[in-house]
Amino acid sequence: MRRGLLAPALLAAGALALGGCSSDDDSSSDDNSSGGSGKIRIGIKFDQPGLGFQDGSSYTGFDVDVATYVAGKLGYDEGDIEFVQSPSAQRESMLSGGQVDMIFATYSITDDRKKVVSFAGPYFVAGQDLLVAADDTSITGPEDLEGKNLCSVTGSTSAQRIKDDYAQGTQLLEQPGYSECVTALVAGQVDAVTTDDIILAGLASLPANKGKVKVVGNPFSEENYGVGLPKDSDKCEDINTAIKAMIDDGTWQELLDKNVGASGYKANEELNPPTPAACS
Amino acid sequence: MHSGYLDDLGTVLGQYDVLAAFWVNIQLTVYAGIIALVLGTLLALMRISPVPSLRWAGSTYVTLLRNTPLTIIIVFFVLGMWGQLGFTLGPDFPTNFFRLSVLGLAVYHAAFVCEAIRSGVNTVPRGQAEAARAIGLGFWPTARLVILPQAFRGAVAPLGNVLIALIKNSTVAAAGSVAEASGLMREMIENSSSVILGIFLVFALGFVVIVVPVGLATTALSRRWAVAR
Repeated sequence: MRRGLLAPALLAAGALALGGCSSDDDSSSDDNSSGGSGKIRIGIKFDQPGLGFQDGSSYTGFDVDVATYVAGKLGYDEGDIEFVQSPSAQRESMLSGGQVDMIFATYSITDDRKKVVSFAGPYFVAGQDLLVAADDTSITGPEDLEGKNLCSVTGSTSAQRIKDDYAQGTQLLEQPGYSECVTALVAGQVDAVTTDDIILAGLASLPANKGKVKVVGNPFSEENYGVGLPKDSDKCEDINTAIKAMIDDGTWQELLDKNVGASGYKANEELNPPTPAACS
Repeated sequence: MHSGYLDDLGTVLGQYDVLAAFWVNIQLTVYAGIIALVLGTLLALMRISPVPSLRWAGSTYVTLLRNTPLTIIIVFFVLGMWGQLGFTLGPDFPTNFFRLSVLGLAVYHAAFVCEAIRSGVNTVPRGQAEAARAIGLGFWPTARLVILPQAFRGAVAPLGNVLIALIKNSTVAAAGSVAEASGLMREMIENSSSVILGIFLVFALGFVVIVVPVGLATTALSRRWAVAR
């Protein structure tokens, strides 16, 4: 009897564990393998307001709008797009495992990532910046962080840069997500939240945070947001053409204003809008 | 996988202090383990005491803490106690978060320690407690001289299980802003996603290396210290 129960229990546990890894895109990958080429699966963040955000059954944000525009140029209607959540740590495996066709998820182009995935773009150049309380005039850049408390996300590049370059006199609170950091900022436990400026602008644009926080606007790094593609994808040229068209016809600026403009944030004009790099 | 995978992984591992990160997990485990053992023993005493209100308090604690997710407890200690109530246990952020997380881990695992010790108490035949009462010992001398020494010996294996769970659960302290192994793993994956599988396996192996000896030791000890009856 005991043995008879054990096997199904193990199977169930295994199924749960596997389900946890591949999230809810199992059915769609089945569709695709059976030849349904009219659909495209795009990986986005679900938890970054202003960039990639799940709002009930719809998705909003700059990444989402850019993805929809680019997919449109590639011949996919809005109805053909399926948005899939792609958290930072899973982006490469989702691309190489074929769970998504492309990724628009604040995905910085780095040499290490280029070893396993391909990139089109960049479609935006972000930079690490600081989010502070709306009435705070004492912090205007990273050099003012002496003696201040800071919040960022565990393991993120932004947190690492603070630890490596500004650790003296700066204390860092690491949280699982940026919304927790903003909570700590609003509560007064930390003086600043740090990550890419556009992510901060998205957080500052939330109705709940409006008027309470502001982006400092003095970026101190350069992050090129690209479109993640499976290694040696043939879509790169077409996506770059679409990005160029989007920038030239004014849609790029329009989408940026629509999604993160409410915070008063302006993209770093020296670097934006970017010119997509040549496909390798 | 691309060529030179192992070389790349080696380079990545060389850039970080993985051992130091695991050392933080071991420290979390040791401090939280000691506090949990003391608190858990007290709770077990409460639960076997003849005073109904103490029994009630003990079982309420165990039911509440054992059924609350550890992440929530840690977040409560760090963001709730420190963030909202301003409760600090150290002069700077790292010390403060470390101690608050130790406390969170300890109060959670104390509930499991209590139940492990109670299972040990159940291995002591009822007649021994009755005999102790018959020769005129009260509750405390009975517990201290007769019941608990045998109960601890009987509870070595379940206590070992709690310790193993505690070692692995120490990674939850990442939610409390403690820089430990799982946080370092995230950092390494963020920077070097091309060797993500290798990084993951190194950390999984690290925990195997810590946990397996603990398991072997507690099994050996529980055999050795078993009360022959």
